[in-house]
Amino acid sequence: MKEYQTITEISGPLVFAEVDEPIGYDEIVEIETPNGETKRGQVLESSDGLVSIQVFEGTEGIDTKSSVRFLGETMKMPVTEDLLGRVLDGSGEPIDGGPEIVPDDRHDIVGAAINPYAREYPEEFIQTGVSAIDGMNTLVRGQKLPIFSGSGLPHNELALQIARQATVPEEEEAGADDEGSEFAVIFGAMGITAEEANEFMEDFERTGALERSVVFMNLADDPAVERTVTPRLALTTAEYLAFEKDYHVLVILTDMTNYCEALREIGAAREEVPGRRGYPGYMYTDLAQLYERAGRIEGREGSVTQIPILTMPGDDDTHPIPDLTGYITEGQIYIDRDLNSQGIVPPINVLPSLSRLMDDGIGEGLTREDHADVSDQMYAAYAEGEDLRDLVNIVGREALSERDNQYLDFADRFEEEFVDQGFETNRDIDETLDLGWDLLSMFPKEELNRVDEELIEKYYVEEEAEEVAAD
Amino acid sequence: MSQATDSDTVREDGVIESVSGPVVTATDLDARMNDVVYVGEEGLMGEVIEIEGNLTTIQVYEETSNVAPGEPVENTGDPLSVDLGPGMMDSIYDGVQRPLAVLEDKMGAFLDRGVDAPGIDLEKTWEFTPTVSEGDEVDPGQIIGTVPETESIEHKVMVPPDYEGGEVVSIESGNFTVEETVAELDNGEEIQMRQEWPVREARPAAEKQTPRTPLVSGQRILDGLFPIAKGGTAAIPGPFGSGKTVTQHQLAKWADADIVVYVGCGERGNEMTEVIDDFPELEDPVTGKPLMSRTCLIANTSNMPVAARESCVYTGITIAEYYRDMGYDVALMADSTSRWAEAMREISSRLEEMPGEEGYPAYLAARLSEFYERAGYFENINGTEGSVSAIGAVSPPGGDFSEPVTQNTLRIVKCFWALDADLAERRHFPSINWDESYSLYKDQLDPWYQEEVAEDFPERRQWAVDILDEEGELQEIVQLVGKDALPEDQQLTLEVARYIREAWLQQNAFHDVDTYCAPEKTYAMLGAIKTFNDEAFKALEAGVPVEEIQDIDAAPRLNRMNVQEEWEEYIEDLEAELKDQLREKY
Repeated sequence: MKEYQTITEISGPLVFAEVDEPIGYDEIVEIETPNGETKRGQVLESSDGLVSIQVFEGTEGIDTKSSVRFLGETMKMPVTEDLLGRVLDGSGEPIDGGPEIVPDDRHDIVGAAINPYAREYPEEFIQTGVSAIDGMNTLVRGQKLPIFSGSGLPHNELALQIARQATVPEEEEAGADDEGSEFAVIFGAMGITAEEANEFMEDFERTGALERSVVFMNLADDPAVERTVTPRLALTTAEYLAFEKDYHVLVILTDMTNYCEALREIGAAREEVPGRRGYPGYMYTDLAQLYERAGRIEGREGSVTQIPILTMPGDDDTHPIPDLTGYITEGQIYIDRDLNSQGIVPPINVLPSLSRLMDDGIGEGLTREDHADVSDQMYAAYAEGEDLRDLVNIVGREALSERDNQYLDFADRFEEEFVDQGFETNRDIDETLDLGWDLLSMFPKEELNRVDEELIEKYYVEEEAEEVAAD
Repeated sequence: MSQATDSDTVREDGVIESVSGPVVTATDLDARMNDVVYVGEEGLMGEVIEIEGNLTTIQVYEETSNVAPGEPVENTGDPLSVDLGPGMMDSIYDGVQRPLAVLEDKMGAFLDRGVDAPGIDLEKTWEFTPTVSEGDEVDPGQIIGTVPETESIEHKVMVPPDYEGGEVVSIESGNFTVEETVAELDNGEEIQMRQEWPVREARPAAEKQTPRTPLVSGQRILDGLFPIAKGGTAAIPGPFGSGKTVTQHQLAKWADADIVVYVGCGERGNEMTEVIDDFPELEDPVTGKPLMSRTCLIANTSNMPVAARESCVYTGITIAEYYRDMGYDVALMADSTSRWAEAMREISSRLEEMPGEEGYPAYLAARLSEFYERAGYFENINGTEGSVSAIGAVSPPGGDFSEPVTQNTLRIVKCFWALDADLAERRHFPSINWDESYSLYKDQLDPWYQEEVAEDFPERRQWAVDILDEEGELQEIVQLVGKDALPEDQQLTLEVARYIREAWLQQNAFHDVDTYCAPEKTYAMLGAIKTFNDEAFKALEAGVPVEEIQDIDAAPRLNRMNVQEEWEEYIEDLEAELKDQLREKY
C-alpha cells in the first residue's frame, strides 16, 4: 500500500491530496497526523491525479505533511450475532470495554437496494401498546415510521416505550417463551447529548433490553462528519441480523436532523450548488438510501422496522428535513407541543399523523374486524371537535348546538382518555379498541356514518349513550 | 434495456478521468450525445450527457462505489433505447427496462450492479398470425400480424416506423421468438416482433386530434366534477400523506384504458411491492380479466440509482406510445414527476451547470412540456386511432404549489387535481380539493356524458358545484357566528353540501364496492342528494323547521349509497322514502 504525503488543501472536513495511481470512488482512507493519530475518511471525488477526502473524525491536527493511505476498498461493517449487547461508537469501534469483535463477515455499508420484486409486503401488526399508534396509526413489521418532534419534547421517551413494549401478538400466544416475537433493537444515535445517551442506556439496562440491542453512539461532541456513517453502520447490522440471522429488528435512529446538518456541512465544504435552505440537492436520494433499508424479503424470516426520530427546526414540517422524510417514509407520528404542555402523555397529535401501511395490517384476523371503521370514525369526530374549538373561543359553548357540544366533549375525552396513557402503560389492541367504542358511544348511532351497521350493533356501548342522554 | 450489440460503427473506447457519485467523465471516448456506454471494469450502464473537447461526461445508471480513474469506458454507439415487442404486459421493469424478476434470479434479493438483461424474453416463442399476405404493399407502421400477448391484450406486430416499407415477399404464421424474422420485404427489410426505439424520441404519428371521450376512472370526484379525456394530461400535486399514490393506484386499477403503464419514479419500495402483489389479483370491472394482464410496471424506487430515475419516465412513455400505435388507449401514471425533476437537478448540479429556480436546471420547463406533449389522442401512421393519457403526481416541498415543478407542470396540463392536507387529516378521501381543482376537458366531454350517461349530466354537475361554492362562502360566516345564527334556508344548504361532500365526494378506495363507481352510479347518487335538496326546500317553504327536516330517518341513508352493490334499487327506494318522509311533515 502506497503512502502519500501530498496533501494540497485542507478545508473544513475535507482534505485534497495528489495521487499518482487510480483511486476508487467511496474508497476508505487513513490519514496519519504528525503526532501519530490516525484518522479515517472516505473518497468523495476521484479524478486523475487529485482526490477529495471527507475525514470522519474531523481534520484537526492534519497538516500538509500528514501521510495518506488508501485502503483499496469501500467502508465495511464487521458483522456477527455477537454484536448484540454491545455498545459501539459512531464509526463502529466498541466503547464498552468488552472483548474484541470477531466478525463473521464484513458488509459494505452502502447497502444495495432491495429489488421491489423480492420484497414481501409488510402486513404484520406490531403492537406497541400505545393507543394513539396502535389504534390510529398502526405500525407493521418492515415499515419505516418516523417520529416528527421538536426540541424539548419527549420523543425519546416515546421511542423507548415502543422499543420496550413492541411485540407481535399472535406469535406471543403461539409460544410464550419464544423470544422470536421480541425485537432486536438497533439504536443509532447521531449527535445526541451525553445526557440523552445516558437516558437511553439506563433504560436499556433497567429493562434488560441491552442484551438484545446493538448501540451506536455518536454524541454531540463527536465529529459531525462521522454522523453520515453511523446510520449506515446501524442499518448494515440490522440487515445482517434480519436477513441472515432471522431476527425481527427495530431500528431507532435519533436524531436525523443532526445527520442532515452534517450532510449540509460537507456539501458546503465542497462548494456544491445548494438546494433548499442550503441542504444539498441530493438529500432526498441520500435519505432514501437510509430509509428504504427497511422491509421484508420474500422467503426470509426476519424484518427491519425503522423508527427514525427527527426534531423539526421551529416545529415547521415544511422544513426540508421533515418534508423529504415524509415523502420517503410510510407515514409519520407527530409529537405536539400543545398537547405536551397540557400534560398529555405521550403527546401524540393523531390528526397530522399517518401510517400508510395501516390499511393492510389491520382488520379481521390481523387485529380486529372493527379496527378500520373505529379509527376512521374517531379521526373524523376528533377533527370536527378540534375545528369547533376555534369557534368556541369566539362564540362560547352555549351558542353551539347539542351535536356540536358532543363533538367538543369527544375531542376532550379523546385526548384525556385515549391518548393520555403515560409512558409506562401497555395497552393491548382490544383494550385500545374497546376504549375507542366507549368514546364513540357518546354519539347517537346515526352519527357513526363511517362504521358498518353490523359492527355498531355488536360493539356500541349502550350505557355510554344513556349517560350522555341523562346529562 | 436493449442489448445494443449490432452497432454498425466500431467506436473507440475511452478512459475514466474522474468519478463523483453518478457522474463520471472520460477522455478519448468517441461518442455522440446520449450514446449508451459501459463504464469501468464491471461494465456499469451509463449515458453520455455532455461532450466538451476530448472530455465526455456520463451519467451512470448504477452505484459507482470503487470505480476508479483509469478504468475503461466502452461505447455501444446507440442511444438509450427500449425493446418493444410482446411480453411487456404483466411485466415489471426498473428505470432502464431491465425486468426485475430476471434481476432477482440473477443476483438475489438485493440489486447488485453490472448485470444487464433484455427487456423482453428472447427465448420465448409467440404464436404469430399474419394479417397481410405475400404480395401486399406495406408501409412503415402498418400492422402485419397479431400475437395473443395476454388474456386481454392482442399484440399487433407492426412494420417499424423507421423502415421504408414495400411489398411482402414472405410471411407465414407459426411460433416465433421475438428475434426471428416473421416477414420479409422486397427491398430486403426483415421484420421481427421485436423493435427498438430510443426513449428520448417520440414515436411518429400522423396527426394529433382533440380528445372527445373521457377516461372513465370510477372515481366520483374525477368522473363527476373534473373529468380527464382519453389522450389528456393531468397533474396531481399534494403534500405527503395526502393520497397521491392511492389516487394513482385507483386510476391504474379502474381507468377504462386498454393498457396501463405505471411508472413508480423514486417512490417507496413497499408501495411498489403492494402494486406487484395486488394487481394480479384484481379484476378489470369491465372485462373481468386480471388487471395485471393489461399493465406494465416500471419501478425505480427512491434508493435506486438517481440516473435511472431520470430515464424511467421516458422508458414508460415510449412503451405507452408503442401500444398507442397499435390503436389502443393507453394511460400512463407517473408517480412522482417531482422525483424525476429532482433527479435532473441532482445531475445538473453535479455537472456544475448554472442553476435556475430553486436549484433546478434551466431546462426543467422544456423537459416537462416535452414529456406531456407526448400524450394525446392520435391518428397513427398506420391509420388506427390511439391515445396516451399522462397523469403525473407532483410532490411539492412543504405542500407549496408555487414551487417550480408544480408551476411548470400546470402550464402544460389541462386537468389539475389538487390534493389537500386538511381534507386528508380529517380522512376525507380522495382528498381532492373541489375549489382549487379544475378540468379544461369538461366542455369537450359533455356530449359524451349527455349521450352515454344522462342528458342533464352537465346541469346536475353544475348544481353540485354551485352548492359547494355556496357552502364555502357560508362556512366563512359560520366560523364567525356559528351555524345556528344563519337563516334556515342557508342552514339547509349547508346540510345538503355536507351530503355532497360526505356521501358523494368521499370514496373509500379500500371498500370492495365503493372502490369503483360507474358513471351511471355517480350520476344517480348525486340525483338522490338533489332529490333530498328539492324536497327539503319545498318542506321548508311549507313551514317545516329545519331541524325536523334534518332529522328524518331516511337522510342518513344517503351516506350508505356508496357501498350498495344493488344501487339502482337502493337509490330508487331511498328517493321515494325521502319524498314520503318530507311530505308527511306538511
